[in-house]
Amino acid sequence: MEETMTAWIVIGTLGAATILLKAVGPVVLGGRELPERISRILTLLAPALLAALIAVLVLGGDRRLVLDERLVGLGAALAAAALRAPIIVVVVAAAVATALVRAL
Amino acid sequence: MAGLALPAAGFGLSFGALADATGLDAVQAGVMSATVFGGAAQFAAVSILEAAGGAAAAITAGILLSMRYAAIGLTVAPELRGPLWRRLLESQLIVDESWAVSTGPGGRVDGRKLVGAGLVLYTLWVTSSVLGVFGASLIGDPERLGLDAAFPAVFVALLAPQLRDRRALAASLLGVAIALSLVPIAPPGVPIIAASAGVLVGWRKP
Repeated sequence: MEETMTAWIVIGTLGAATILLKAVGPVVLGGRELPERISRILTLLAPALLAALIAVLVLGGDRRLVLDERLVGLGAALAAAALRAPIIVVVVAAAVATALVRAL
Repeated sequence: MAGLALPAAGFGLSFGALADATGLDAVQAGVMSATVFGGAAQFAAVSILEAAGGAAAAITAGILLSMRYAAIGLTVAPELRGPLWRRLLESQLIVDESWAVSTGPGGRVDGRKLVGAGLVLYTLWVTSSVLGVFGASLIGDPERLGLDAAFPAVFVALLAPQLRDRRALAASLLGVAIALSLVPIAPPGVPIIAASAGVLVGWRKP
């Protein structure tokens, strides 16, 4: 039950925040433009965070860095992405590669 | 449009499956997809929950990954006309793909195209997210199936096209360096949020 509460808190807060973020331009500020530096910085948030997520989820352990079969999954994902495969193929490739190594 | 529809459906199915593996149910996945309507933010938040990173980090990561939609919203604002309720609803259809499909040369946005593409993508996204939850419960044990490797794979697929831009590449490398250096010393979730400082590579004009 505790976990469901946490999930709903995340969904509710993030949902409300996203609705506001998308609406603030058209509803409130209509037509005004963001300074170029701010616009540039906002756009760079995605690559910085996505890369960090990959690194932490693949190499992160309990307060330390760990090398394990997740690296194989990452390799498969990188190969599939380099081949411009659709997202679902990249995901399945990573999952299958990791599962195979785990089964060995 | 078909070129966007299939990947969106596949992406949504993946989200539903991973949400299920994290312990979310169909209603939660559906509501999340209906309100956040953004793959990167949704996957980031759910993956942080899955890794026991805490609600605060999950929310913050999701918000940071959605901040560019505020910038996009300002860009398309002149194209979304009409009463307030209509601008509010139509602004919710902003997502990377609907924006990309409706942006012409010189950066001009076609409001009708954005709304049209947005409606199709939104419907596909929410529906496939819910279906993904049901599909996942047919599959079995997530870790044995390597589904925990699926989250990083999603982020690889999302990040790869962006790396052609040198600044984006620099921001991602800096983000990785910050995050990994903090893993041994910071509570879960913090390394990822701190990585957003990687945007500082964009401080100076190109």
